[in-house]
Amino acid sequence: MLSRKIEIAVGMFVVLGVAALFFLALRVSGITFDGERPTYTLYAQFTDVGGLNTRSRVTLAGVPIGQVRNIRLDPDALMAEVEMAIYKEVSTIPLDSSISIRTAGLLGENYLSVSPGGDLEYLQDGDSFESTSGALNIESLVNQFVSGQK
Amino acid sequence: MAESDVPFIAIENVTFRRGERLIFDNISLSIPRGRVTTIMGPSGTGKTTLLRLIGGQLRPDSGTIHIDGVNVHALKRKELYKLRERMGMLFQSGALFSDLTVYENVAFPLRVHTDLPEDMIRDIVLMKLHAVGLRGARSLMPSELSGGMARRAALARAIALDPELVMYDEPFTGQDPIAMAVIVQLIRLLNDALGLTSVLVSHDVAESLSITDHLCVIAEGRVMGEGSPADLKRNGSPFVKQFLNGLPDGPVPFHYPAADYKADLMEADWHA
Amino acid sequence: MLDGLQGLGRATLDGLASLGRSVVFVLSVIANLPSWGGFLLMVRQVYAVGVLSLVIIMVSGLFIGMVLGLQGYNVLIDYGSEESVGQMIALTLVRELGPVVTALLFAGRAGSALTAEIGLMKATEQLSSLEMMGVDPLRRVIAPRLMAGFFAMPVLALIFSMVGIWGGKMVAVDWLGVYDGSYWGNMQGSVGFWDDVMNGIIKSIVFGWVCAWIAVYQGYDLVPTSEGIARATTRTVVYSSLAVLGLDFILTAIMFGD
Repeated sequence: MLSRKIEIAVGMFVVLGVAALFFLALRVSGITFDGERPTYTLYAQFTDVGGLNTRSRVTLAGVPIGQVRNIRLDPDALMAEVEMAIYKEVSTIPLDSSISIRTAGLLGENYLSVSPGGDLEYLQDGDSFESTSGALNIESLVNQFVSGQK
Repeated sequence: MAESDVPFIAIENVTFRRGERLIFDNISLSIPRGRVTTIMGPSGTGKTTLLRLIGGQLRPDSGTIHIDGVNVHALKRKELYKLRERMGMLFQSGALFSDLTVYENVAFPLRVHTDLPEDMIRDIVLMKLHAVGLRGARSLMPSELSGGMARRAALARAIALDPELVMYDEPFTGQDPIAMAVIVQLIRLLNDALGLTSVLVSHDVAESLSITDHLCVIAEGRVMGEGSPADLKRNGSPFVKQFLNGLPDGPVPFHYPAADYKADLMEADWHA
Repeated sequence: MLDGLQGLGRATLDGLASLGRSVVFVLSVIANLPSWGGFLLMVRQVYAVGVLSLVIIMVSGLFIGMVLGLQGYNVLIDYGSEESVGQMIALTLVRELGPVVTALLFAGRAGSALTAEIGLMKATEQLSSLEMMGVDPLRRVIAPRLMAGFFAMPVLALIFSMVGIWGGKMVAVDWLGVYDGSYWGNMQGSVGFWDDVMNGIIKSIVFGWVCAWIAVYQGYDLVPTSEGIARATTRTVVYSSLAVLGLDFILTAIMFGD
């Protein structure tokens, strides 16, 4: 029957579309379905955030532990305040840990890297990192090098 | 008009304009119940437009059209569609749905408007197709039909819901003599067998007159004559006589209105 | 001078009138959307506009993906970052080329066919005959086609992007030797599902709506002669393409502007 053939073809069309959606979701965007993992918030202040963006990764020992949720200027300190969402299960970041902005490769994207300290107390929801180091500005490095300054 | 004094369709003082052009100028005519009525007139007088006005596809600028006592143009969209289920219309081209077989075409109005079970639909479709002599052609596609067959199939579709009124738009144009004779006979037979009211729009005088009970001639937006064919042939106005007898010249001049022939020619020389 | 102004004025008024008619038209279609009984009609139309466009969509997607792979590789290798070619291909396809090229192909393949089909139904009095049968052609003929375009476009765009990314992978990974892991890894690192894939889908839904709208309106409104159908078909393709490209800019500005 003609209409049966048509319906089967349309069914296959829809299946193909759904398959494409899944392909784009899983293989291309690498979505994880536990993406809505419970998080807690930490803050850090930097003198220069460089190319850091919202949704940039936060890593510890190279493993992603959260992402940047918001970047704004602290008008009192005149520094950039970065708000991070850290996964709940990573609850043992020592209080004296430091955080720095790194670049993936020479020209790659910026991300945050946490270097754990040795304190026995841990950072809690709403705490800030005490020790931060800002973005490595290649342009200023090159400028320093060219002008012979140290 | 023996069967009923109340006309099935009453058209009263209808004026219709298309853009600047006046198509109907305050026309009134009545179509008797249970008869074959033919509306005739030269090409371009808006005969098809009249059918569309009756069917509610067009709205007159003034005047009313009543079908069986109901004012067509006062109806709401839903009610109008309800009324149209009681009408069948045979279009000039047949207007069969080109993606459906003949069977499905005839079954279409039944499927849309009724909840009949499939075997009952099948019975009705075959009966209607049998009536137009196309029971054997049920599985053909419209593109495989000749013009005459397509029109007959469309007729079967038009009567699928047993309408009270069937309108035929130029049913004879472009048909060979045999197909024409078949359709002429069908119109008469269906009208009598099903107790329909038939309205025919045509300019084929001989065929139309052979089956018409009531004749109406329109031209230039006016009704030129209305009555029985014999009566009109005898007592009609000069125009009606010219039309019914197919004379080349008469009140309708052979020449399109133009300036004086001689003067026209002279002027052409002058310009050259 | 005055004639020119008058011409401009008339063209503007005609354009506005036509736009107004088409808005009224689409609104009355939406107001008369068929119920579940019309679902089967829509399936048939999805077949016509969706399934029958699959081949052209997949072939174009494949080639565009392959070209992107080749071009991207040749540019990126100068910076030693040919590993990012997957990211470039995926972002280009998912955000832009997927929805836009699909919509342009759709306008040419399915939109023109829709216009011609409806125009032919009008010319052969099939639409009138539906009306006289007490069936609303807006509901029966137009609405299923509109909905089918609306539904088929995002599906086609998704398939286009998938095939394109796969075609890019064939060139970049299998042929030019980019490491397979970094092709996919870079892609996953930079393509966001909600920000990129979903925005692409939203774009193609908008395009599907606009293309189908233009196509059915041009079909429904045309002068029912062979010349009228030919003109309306051309108009469908031209208007759809312009609308898609213009809307793409607006949508991109809204979605990725900041």
